[in-house]
Amino acid sequence: MAETGAGQDNKGRALAGRLARNRWLLGAGVLAVLAVYFFAGSSAYVLLLALAALAAAAMLPADAERQPADVGAAIEASGLQRLSGEYLAAAVADPLIIFDHSATIVHANAAAFAAFGGLAPGMSLSLKFRAPEMQALLDGILAGEVASDAVDYTEKLPVERTYRVSASTVGHATGLYVLVFKDQSETRRIDRMRADFIANASHELRTPLASIAGFIETLRGPARNDPAARDQFLQIMQNQTGRMARLIDDLLSLSRLEMKPYLGPGTEVDLRQTIDSVIDSLGPLASENGVVIEREFANAPLVVPGDRDELFQVFENLLENACKYGQSGGRVTVSVAGGEDGQQPGFDVTIRDYGPGIAEEHIPRITERFYRVDVENSRAQKGTGLGLSIVKHILTRHNARLSIKSEVGKGAAFTVHLPAR
Amino acid sequence: MQSVHIASAYDEELKFLSKRIAAMGGHAERMVEQAVAALVNVDHGLAQKVIQDDLVLDEGQREIDDKAIIIIARRQPMATDLREIVGAIRISADIERVGDLGKNVAKRVASVDGRQPNSLFRGIEALANLALTQLKEVLDVYASRSVERIGLVRDRDDQIDAMYTSLFRELLTYMMEDPRNITPCTHLLFCAKNIERIGDHATNIAETIYYIVTGDQMPADRPKGDKTDKVVLPGPVPAK
Repeated sequence: MAETGAGQDNKGRALAGRLARNRWLLGAGVLAVLAVYFFAGSSAYVLLLALAALAAAAMLPADAERQPADVGAAIEASGLQRLSGEYLAAAVADPLIIFDHSATIVHANAAAFAAFGGLAPGMSLSLKFRAPEMQALLDGILAGEVASDAVDYTEKLPVERTYRVSASTVGHATGLYVLVFKDQSETRRIDRMRADFIANASHELRTPLASIAGFIETLRGPARNDPAARDQFLQIMQNQTGRMARLIDDLLSLSRLEMKPYLGPGTEVDLRQTIDSVIDSLGPLASENGVVIEREFANAPLVVPGDRDELFQVFENLLENACKYGQSGGRVTVSVAGGEDGQQPGFDVTIRDYGPGIAEEHIPRITERFYRVDVENSRAQKGTGLGLSIVKHILTRHNARLSIKSEVGKGAAFTVHLPAR
Repeated sequence: MQSVHIASAYDEELKFLSKRIAAMGGHAERMVEQAVAALVNVDHGLAQKVIQDDLVLDEGQREIDDKAIIIIARRQPMATDLREIVGAIRISADIERVGDLGKNVAKRVASVDGRQPNSLFRGIEALANLALTQLKEVLDVYASRSVERIGLVRDRDDQIDAMYTSLFRELLTYMMEDPRNITPCTHLLFCAKNIERIGDHATNIAETIYYIVTGDQMPADRPKGDKTDKVVLPGPVPAK
């Protein structure tokens, strides 16, 4: 329907164009006919007939060689040229920023807003992208030294991202320039991940490995014929291999998370359902430790943007810690507070234990990799020192925060603040 | 941003100041980042580069001072413009100090061999990430002028102080364990202190921006979480 409408519209426009192009000829003809009429004084019917014939001639398609030019012009007018720059920018999946000769942002597409938050038309680009290489790129383009250029740009915080940024002028003498960011983070991250993994793994695996090697030596030597000692040593060795396996699992899951630090848009999770399934899955561990999990939240669904599996892992790690390290308190409460508190609306999920608590000096650091408040206790509880690191990573991806409140002797409260959409 | 003046050259001059501040800020961010990377990876070459880069910031500060004085003399600015110019002088001084602190961290790379426990370097890296996040956020606010975000920036100083106090304790412990640790740990202590100071300068910049945009001073109840003045560990019992 719309198509035929557009077709008619085009035809009408072509007709009008033909009339316009022939306007001089037409004007001259009308003048001539009028002159003849006035001077000769013939009848009005002849005049009307002559005028009508003239108009019809002007409306007929002119000559054969003009037709392609007509069609070309029509296509150009209806297609690319009338295309808005904004639509074009929105169709590009990479962050794209259009700016003017004073490096002021004219337009930024949705991908740019998502990647760099805090952009607004009218803002100065050179104030936002301060890294020396970006400044050089902008200066070079704006000075007109080059028509296009590209640099590698790395943003370290909040999550490390690397872009190949290319800048170029738009069209001829439009006074506009465009900046396109191509995300290269993945390749960079894979390199980093490999290096980190090797460093961490070799460091953390060496301890259990050394102890296993020691026991093997003892079993082959002095304890060769001592069944009691043999059983005991084998038990220790089994514990150590179990620890190594857990460590590798956690390292792998952390590395996987580091591979994709930004969450894809779109997916939503029901927090209540996720937390309930975590509580169910940890039931056996809780009863084994003599801990009662109390749930203090309503049954209504609490929908937030996020990845279900990852959030499951967050609450699983937090609740597992609470059950293990807060064992002496005998109970763990899980509560959800909704609402507007703080800068952004969202939900606060608090997991609280009533155990020994965490000393003040450890609180800022317990999310670091392999940071342990008490090495002996952590080993005894089969901890890898990576659980909270993983939690922190996942929460950063969700734009969420973890806050920890604790006093020695009064238990600890881990609060996850998840922003609503 | 600023309103438009009849003399467009005046606008250009003000724009030059903010652009130069941003460039200095970017440079300082990069220096601190690289200084900490040099410390953690024991990279002497990178440390040397950072030390040399400090010249750029010194020059930037001088240039901003000169320009600002000339603008004040020539244009007799009032209200927002005057605050903008005085603010630029103050912010550039803070950024220059940040660069100095980064340079000082880089200088200490040679004195700290990489044999210290890993957790110390991780702690310093985490502290640096906090301080750099804060610096990045204030400079972003300088670009966007959205002062409502400043409260958040100032609160983050609390986290930096808590982290610093924790590192301070840990360093003292290592020093008491083995006197051979004293030299490298003292250097690391200064590195941590320098990084903590960077957070303070970021807070200063935040306050200056608030003043530039609103014309009011920020309320003075700045949170203070640095408790190292009270950290006392029991010393080892002297052998009889």
